[in-house]
Amino acid sequence: MGDKILKIENFYAGYGHTWVLRNINLEIPEKKLTAIMGPSGCGKSTLIRCINRIHELNPEAIYRGHIYLNGKDIYKMHPTIVRRKIGMVFQKPNPFPTMSVYENVIAGYILNGIKLKKEEKDKIVEDALKKAFLWNEVKDVLHRKGTFLSGGQQQRLCIARALAMKPEILLLDEPTSALDPKATSRIEELIVELKKTITIVMVTHNIAQAVRVSDYTAFIYLGELVEFGPTEKVFAAPERKETEEYLVGKFG
Amino acid sequence: MNSRNRVVKDNLFKLFVFLLAALSILPLFLIIFQTVRNGISAINPEFFYKLPKPPGESGGGILNSLVGSFMLVILATAFSVPIGTLTGIFIAEVRNSFTELLRTLVNILQGLPSIVIGILAYLWVVKPMGGFSAISGAVALAVMMLPVIIKTTEETVRLVPFTLREASFSLGATYTKTIIKIILPASARGILSGIIVGTSRIIGETAPLLFTAFGNPFVNLNPMKPTDALPLLIFNYAMSPYEEWHKIAWGASLVLIIVVLGLNLLLKMVGKRWETKF
Amino acid sequence: MKTDRIFRAVLYAGGAFVALLVLLAFLSLCHASWLSLKKFGIKFILSREWDPVNEKFGALPFIVGTFMTSIIALIISLPFSISIALLLGVYLREGFIKKVLTYATDLLAGIPSIIYGFWGLFFLVPLVRKLEMKLGVLPYGVGILTASIVLAIMIVPYTSSIAREVISMVPGDIIEAGFSLGATTREIIFGIILPYARSGIFAGILLAFGRAFGETMAVTMVIGNSNCMPKSIFCPANTMASVIANEFTEATKDIHLSSLIYIGLWLFLFTFAINLLGNLVIKKFRVEVKNE
Ligand SMILES: Nc1ncnc2c1ncn2[C@@H]1O[C@H](COP(=O)(O)OP(=O)(O)OP(=O)(O)O)[C@@H](O)[C@H]1O
Ligand SMILES: [Mg+2]
Repeated sequence: MGDKILKIENFYAGYGHTWVLRNINLEIPEKKLTAIMGPSGCGKSTLIRCINRIHELNPEAIYRGHIYLNGKDIYKMHPTIVRRKIGMVFQKPNPFPTMSVYENVIAGYILNGIKLKKEEKDKIVEDALKKAFLWNEVKDVLHRKGTFLSGGQQQRLCIARALAMKPEILLLDEPTSALDPKATSRIEELIVELKKTITIVMVTHNIAQAVRVSDYTAFIYLGELVEFGPTEKVFAAPERKETEEYLVGKFG
Repeated sequence: MNSRNRVVKDNLFKLFVFLLAALSILPLFLIIFQTVRNGISAINPEFFYKLPKPPGESGGGILNSLVGSFMLVILATAFSVPIGTLTGIFIAEVRNSFTELLRTLVNILQGLPSIVIGILAYLWVVKPMGGFSAISGAVALAVMMLPVIIKTTEETVRLVPFTLREASFSLGATYTKTIIKIILPASARGILSGIIVGTSRIIGETAPLLFTAFGNPFVNLNPMKPTDALPLLIFNYAMSPYEEWHKIAWGASLVLIIVVLGLNLLLKMVGKRWETKF
Repeated sequence: MKTDRIFRAVLYAGGAFVALLVLLAFLSLCHASWLSLKKFGIKFILSREWDPVNEKFGALPFIVGTFMTSIIALIISLPFSISIALLLGVYLREGFIKKVLTYATDLLAGIPSIIYGFWGLFFLVPLVRKLEMKLGVLPYGVGILTASIVLAIMIVPYTSSIAREVISMVPGDIIEAGFSLGATTREIIFGIILPYARSGIFAGILLAFGRAFGETMAVTMVIGNSNCMPKSIFCPANTMASVIANEFTEATKDIHLSSLIYIGLWLFLFTFAINLLGNLVIKKFRVEVKNE
C-alpha cells in the first residue's frame, strides 16, 4: 500500500455530549486518493474536519485519540501549523468576497503575514492556477473579484488557494456536490492529475465518482469505520454487509 | 349576516386606513414645504461663509455653526467608531453571560434620553475642565453614536458566512488575522452604513450640546473652547424675538434637512456600491 | 498564539469599557444629585413645589407633565401608526405607494427634533391658539396639547415600524384560512391579525413611549416652560427633560443644579424601566411566534 503519510489511531469525535465518531483507526497512503463514503450523517465531514483541526472551531466540539502526520501527533502541534500543511476545500465554493482572484490565490500568505516579492507572488499565483486548471480562464481577470466567477471556477479557485500553500495533504468535502455535471467533470479531471503529486482525502456521496477517481475507499457507518481497502476491492467484493447494502441501495 | 353591509364596511374601513396613513405623513410634507419656503430666501453664498450679524442688521451667515458641527461630528466619529466596532465584534464573536449583559447595557445606552447624555458629558468633561468645550460636546455625541455603531457592526459581522471563517482557518490563519483580514473587510459596508446612520442621528442633536459645546458666535477651531453647532444655532435663533434671526434659523433648518436627506441618500448608495456578494 | 491572546484581551477591554460607561453613567448621576437626594429623598417626586429662589425642589409637576404629554401623544399617534402598519403589512403588496410611504416614514424618523420644535412653534402654536380662542380657554398656544401633537408626529414612525414587523410575523396560513372562510379584510384584521399581534404592538407602544418620554428639544420649544402643576391639557407646563434643558445653564446654586440632575436620574430610571419592559415584551413575542 505504499507509504502512510497520515495515521489515525483510536480516534473519537463528536458534539456536546455525544460521540459521532467512535474508535476510528485508519492509515492514509501517500500520493493516493482516498475516498470516504457512507450514509448521510455518519460522520464523514466530522472526520476530515478533525484531520486539519477545523472541527475544534465549533464550541461544542469534543475529540479524543491521535492523528499522526508523518509520525508527529497533530494535536500536539499548533493548529495553524497543521492547517498550513493540510489544506481543505469545502462543499460550497467560498472564495473571499473582498479579494480579487489574484489575492484569493495568495490569501494563505496574506493571512499568515508572509511577505513576498512581486515576482514570487506572480509565480505562486500562476503555478497554483495552472495546477487547478484555471489559469487560461482567469489570466485576464486576475484583478477582478473572485465572486464574479462561475460556481465551478470558484471551486477551482478554492483548490488553487489551498494548493498555493503547498500542503502535504488536500482534504475535499464533497467538492462537486454544489456543481453542475460539466463543472464536476472538470474538477474530477483536475483531481486525477493532482493525486500524482499530493495526497488527497475526499468525501463523496457519488459512488461513480469514487470509482472514477479514488485509489482507496473507506466506508463509515454510524460513526464507525467498517471497511477500508483498495477501491476496486471494496466495490467489487465488500467484506461487510453494511457496505454492500449501501452500494446496492445506491445503485438500485 | 347581510353580506352587502359587510362589503361596504370593509371598503369604508380601507378608505379610513388610507386616509389616516396619508394624514400621518402630511406633517413631513408641511415641514419640508415650510422650511423650504421660509429658508430659501436666507440662503445665498454669504450664508455659508459669513458670521451672524447682530440683531437689527439683516444678512449674515452661519459659518461658525457649520464649522462647529463639522468638527463635532468628526470628533464624535473618531471617539465612537473604534470602540464601537471593537465592542460590536466582541458581542458578535464571544457568547457568554458577559456579552449577554453587554447587549442589554447597549440597549440601555441607546434608550438614554439625549438630555441625560448631556448631563453626563457635563459631569465628565465640562466640570473637570472648568468650562464648556467642543470636546465635551463631541463626547456627548459619541455616547449617542456608540450604540448605533455597536449594533450595526454586530449585525454585519454575524451575517458573514461561517464558511469564510473556515476557509481562512484552513489556510492556517490565526484568529486575529481571520477577523482583521477576512471578517472586517467583508463587514465594511455594514459598518460604513452604521457610521452614516450614526452621523445622521447626531448631526441634528441639540439637547446634549446645550451645556457642553454651548455655542459660540465666532468660528472656533480649538476643541478646548466652546463651539457653535447647526442645531444650537437654530434653537437660539428660533427662540429669539428677532424677525431677521428667525429667517436665519429657517435657512439653517433647510441646510440641516438637506444634510439629513443627503445622508439618507448616501446610505442607499453605500448599500448598493459596497455590497459584498457571498 | 500570543497575538490571538492579545487580540481577545483587546476585545474584552472594548466590551468592558462600554459596560463601565453605562455603570459610570448611573453612578455619576447618583453622585451629582447626592445633595438634593439627601435633602429631599424620595419625597422629591411627590412634592409639587419647584422654587429655586427659596430652595424648595419637588419634581411632581414635571413628572405629571412628562406623563401627560407622552400619553396623549401615544393616544393621538396610535390610530395613525396602526394605519400605516396595516397599509404596509396587509393592504399594499409591492408597488409605488408602498415605496413612497416607507421612505416617507423613514424620513419622518430622521428629521431632527429641533426642526420639529421650530416648525411646531411657528405652525402648530398659532393653530392651537385659534382652537383655544374658539374653546374660550386662555390662548397660550404653547402648552401640553401642542407638545403632545408634536410628539405624536415624531413617534408615528417608531410605533408603525414595530407594528409592521409584528404584523408581518402573523403566519400567512391562518390569514389564508380566514379568507377561505369568506371573511373580509376588515374582519381578518380585527379577528385574526390584531389579536395575534397584540402583545407585539404593545411592545411598540412602550418603546415609542420611552422615546416620547425623554424627548427634549421639540417639547422645550412648544410647551411654554411653566413650573406650575398642569391643570388642563391647554396649560403651559414643563417636562422632566425640558426643565433640565431650560434651567441647567442658569442654575447658580449647587442645590438647584443637583436637583436638576436628580430629575435627570429619575428620567434615566423611568426610561430604563420602560425600554426594558418594551424589549422584554417584544422578545417574548418573538419567542412565542417561533414556537408556534
Ligand atoms: N455543529 C454540530 N452540532 C451538533 N451536531 C452536529 C453538528 N454537525 C454535525 N452534527 C451531527 O454529527 C453527525 C455527523 O455529521 P457529519 O456532518 O459529520 O455527517 P456527514 O457524514 O458529513 O453527513 P453528510 O453526508 O450529510 O454531509 C450528524 O448526526 C449530525 O447531526
Ligand atoms: Mg458532510
